[in-house]
Amino acid sequence: MFRFVAIRTLQAIPVLLIIATMTFFMVHAAPGGPFSKERKVTPEVLRNLEAQYGLDKPLLTQYGNFLWKAVHGDLGPSFKYANRTVSELIGDSFPVSAELGFWAMLIALAIGLPAGILAALKPNSWLDYLPMSVAMLGICIPTFVLGPILALTFGIRLEWFDASGWFSWRDRVLPAITLGFFTAAYIARLTRGGMLDVMNQDFIRTARAKGASEVRVLFYHALRGGLLPVISYLGPAIAAEITGSFVVETIFNVPGLGRYFILSAFNRDYTMVLGTVLFYASIIILLNLVVDVLQVLLNPRLRFD
Amino acid sequence: MASVLTALSLMLGGLGCHKEKKTAIAREQGILLINNGVEPEDLDPQTATGVSEHSIFLAIYEGLVSEDPHDLHPVPGVAESWDISPDGLVYTFHLRHDAKWSNGDPVTAQDFYDSYQRILTPELGSDYIYMHFFTKNAEAYATGKIKDFSQVGYRVIDPQTFEITLTTATPFFLSVMNHASWYPVHIPTVKKFGGLARKAAFWTKAENCVTNGAFTLKDWKQQSIIRCVKSPNYWDAKTVKLNEIDFYPIESSNTEERAFRAGQLHKTNELPLSKIPWYQQNRPDLLRQEPYLGTYFFRVNTHKPPLDNIKVRLALAMSIDRKMIVEKITRGGQLPADSFTPPGTAGYTAEAKIPFDVAKARQLLAEAGYPDGRGFPKLDILFNTVESHRTIAEAVQEMWKNNLHIDVGLSNQEWKVYLAAQDTENYQICRAGWIGDYADPQNFLDMWVKDGGNNHTGWDNSEYNGLYAKLQNTSIPADRLAIFQKMEALLMAEAPILPVYWYTRVYLIRPEVQGWYPNILDHHPYKYVYFADQKPEARH
Amino acid sequence: MVIEPESEEPGSSLWSDARHRLFKNKLAVFGGITVLLIGLVCLLGPLVISYRESDQNLQIAGQAPSAAHWMGTDNLGRDLFVRVLKGGQISMLVGLCATAVSLTIGVLYGTISGYFGGKLDAVMMRFVEIMYAMPFAIFVVLLMVFFGKNFVLLFVAIGAVEWLTMARIIRGQVLSLRQQEFIEAAIALGLPKHRIIFRHLIPNVMGTVIVYATLTIPSVMLLEGVLSFLGLGIQPPRSSWGVLIQEGATAIEEYPWQLLFPAIFFSLTLFSLNFFGDGLRDALDPRASKD
Repeated sequence: MFRFVAIRTLQAIPVLLIIATMTFFMVHAAPGGPFSKERKVTPEVLRNLEAQYGLDKPLLTQYGNFLWKAVHGDLGPSFKYANRTVSELIGDSFPVSAELGFWAMLIALAIGLPAGILAALKPNSWLDYLPMSVAMLGICIPTFVLGPILALTFGIRLEWFDASGWFSWRDRVLPAITLGFFTAAYIARLTRGGMLDVMNQDFIRTARAKGASEVRVLFYHALRGGLLPVISYLGPAIAAEITGSFVVETIFNVPGLGRYFILSAFNRDYTMVLGTVLFYASIIILLNLVVDVLQVLLNPRLRFD
Repeated sequence: MASVLTALSLMLGGLGCHKEKKTAIAREQGILLINNGVEPEDLDPQTATGVSEHSIFLAIYEGLVSEDPHDLHPVPGVAESWDISPDGLVYTFHLRHDAKWSNGDPVTAQDFYDSYQRILTPELGSDYIYMHFFTKNAEAYATGKIKDFSQVGYRVIDPQTFEITLTTATPFFLSVMNHASWYPVHIPTVKKFGGLARKAAFWTKAENCVTNGAFTLKDWKQQSIIRCVKSPNYWDAKTVKLNEIDFYPIESSNTEERAFRAGQLHKTNELPLSKIPWYQQNRPDLLRQEPYLGTYFFRVNTHKPPLDNIKVRLALAMSIDRKMIVEKITRGGQLPADSFTPPGTAGYTAEAKIPFDVAKARQLLAEAGYPDGRGFPKLDILFNTVESHRTIAEAVQEMWKNNLHIDVGLSNQEWKVYLAAQDTENYQICRAGWIGDYADPQNFLDMWVKDGGNNHTGWDNSEYNGLYAKLQNTSIPADRLAIFQKMEALLMAEAPILPVYWYTRVYLIRPEVQGWYPNILDHHPYKYVYFADQKPEARH
Repeated sequence: MVIEPESEEPGSSLWSDARHRLFKNKLAVFGGITVLLIGLVCLLGPLVISYRESDQNLQIAGQAPSAAHWMGTDNLGRDLFVRVLKGGQISMLVGLCATAVSLTIGVLYGTISGYFGGKLDAVMMRFVEIMYAMPFAIFVVLLMVFFGKNFVLLFVAIGAVEWLTMARIIRGQVLSLRQQEFIEAAIALGLPKHRIIFRHLIPNVMGTVIVYATLTIPSVMLLEGVLSFLGLGIQPPRSSWGVLIQEGATAIEEYPWQLLFPAIFFSLTLFSLNFFGDGLRDALDPRASKD
């Protein structure tokens, strides 16, 4: 396993390099620059600003400089937020997103897994239809609808929480539910499907025939196979949740990382785009690695190769 | 789900109900909670350009002159008085002795001299550098034509006396000086963090920043809150009633409206269009709709046929039902614009108008060779991706279809692509807005001269350019107004732009906030803002 | 037992069995018919309604449902009913086609990656990671700048993101299936690879594929709304459910019907598709028949 992890870590280097290169040239290919504004700045001002940030150099030189600095852990200053560096912006906002993502994931798993398992135990009964209908509701109600409804209900009508902001623990509740409900629905659906696939397989019947208790069959045999799709899904899903959601952060004014992914691109904040993309890529790679390790650990017949 | 909610309600019931509103608690402590609309990019008054930054500068900086909170006429700021030479070229400011920086240093004439040298330094690359081009030789220095700053029209006579020499007499010069680019910065601090000639420096962080306004920057949590507290060193601290102002960067107008209703804000930045009628009917006491120095319009690319034909442009302009747009779509008390410069800008209201006249528009289109819209090529309206721009563009699309029987398409682009398209004149018709920097018609009419940096229409009228040149040598107010009338008449006769409406600021404000007066620049000097003495009313 | 289609007429028994089981499942049949009905209403309805999608009447902007406008009007005074129906055409087309395309790519990609394993798997999965990290906002901007307004781009943009998780999930499934006796037996028998993939592996992951498809369709429909808003998809005055739901969500309190009606159509379609999908999953489950 150690070897497996080491190899994957090594493989991450070219992957990150490709991502950095692709992003660098994509963001520079987009029309407009970090300093294009509605009120056009004079050509002299533009030239001076570009010189300050090294944008006056040939693109390949800029690319080289960027890589050299990035390897040394320096992602540079943000173009948009002039008195902050990219590392500072990510360092301030990621903990917020990670915390929100953690609560959301907790909610999602706490609701999604039991609902999916219940449904799979008694398929085509009300124990199946009820949780699955709620899950479908979670999929049909997009976050940009659920968020405002929660804020209006619990923030304004019932006054349990503030309608927006990120200051006390109470401010965590509504955004976490908004973000988690949707994921819970996904998890419930995938769990049900995965469990049903497994429950009909030979080894479950064999286990039952051998007189294993229903609890043991369920938690020892069935869950291990049945959760495979869920685990595969969780890699990217967790990556997405802990790096923030544009919609949820906007609705509740959460100072997270999610908005930067979109806004830095629209602002042509070159350094920030590269910083956020590389950060996200690292997390995706890490979580996919964890998923792959888990898959092997859950399935004794698989080996690390 | 239901059981979860029940559990939550039990858990939070005791804590949640009957809690005092944040606005009420803040009011007791003299803290004003306002939404500033967006996270500031930086808080360097010499390089920042956005409205949200300026609204914070208004709290933490003060220039030589300051603004009256009612009508924004110049009142003493760091300068307690000033003299203007008879020819209107030389301004001598007498600085007060007790003006101090937040760290206790005195604010001197040298501070202004050094600050203005900094903003004019070419390497700094300040966007608002042109606000200083009224001063003698400022432009030459900023563009590197002269290297010796002592030739620029700024002079320190003694620590308390500062002199500015202008290129030409500029009647509205003192109003221009209310702009943030005229605020002083604390040069030793700027220097310490290496920000003398570059933007990305850390002197504007809350822990480093030294300012000279009524408030100082205490705390800056990105995308979350900016706290400014009353400055004990401010010379007029006795006038300042508030202890603290908290600026929130809530971007979504729906989110801020909910925050306002939940008692988290004293003032919002704006109000969603769909909510305006409700407040107009039910809570007019919370709603403000104030004229704002800005125009919403469409640019027309005068190089692209058939838009190179004046008759086509006029036909397009005359067939937009602007009244319907402001009454049914924007609904915030905006005025339908039949010319470009907002009415009443420094005593000027344009006489030239483009009427809404469908019959005339059809006739013009026929004269241009497209009777009943036949043979008219398919044009595109370009707009940046914002819901309200889309709605207006859709309405205009349908108006042209019904009134002129022509088909236009809609094309929206993300902000920077939209700017690039305008800049390279790679569009046919595009939505635009212009907000004045200072209250003078010049700020609206000088952009349409040939090669005006913000023209983007390709429109080039030699008579118009000549009038503008003449304006530069005119300082008698009545003569200037006459020239503006002629310029605007030319602009409306050739219609390189299609005016739609004049902006208003629409926002919510708690009634206990006092000293917040409507004005066309939406400047609200915070030192005059205070809370009413009566107990806040029950929440609505 | 797992399927051994080798011993049977290829296709016929497997599929006719499945069809038989599907038609026995009342809920699934009901779901399928509902989807067809909604599709039919969206297709034919606009021919009957006397308003067009683009007809504005600002005088009646934002009106509640009435006899003249069954679903009320939008903020430009357009009839919401006809817009919901016309929008349904777009959403169903995009939702079903883009989902089908993404899933086909995802399933094939994941199966191949999982089946062959080793270096190929490593390269293919690293490519998925690269695609995950691609800055989507910039990608959309570039698509629009370089290719202009084009409906096809919508599919490109949706296709670029929606297949990734499917590919990861299927790969995980295939990795575990590969170790099972029947696949090992098939390999030992020397069956051609494509045969193993298409006849043994893919049928065994169909359950997961169908479940994920019912999850992908709504996210594709909503993504279409976002992309259209950004200017990549359909252009005004045309609409789609995604666009209408987005618009409606901005004024939940003032004009609830502007959200409610498109949302009802959207949800009804998804619920029906979901029941149909579950039925299909059960019907295609190669093991269920042995019960």
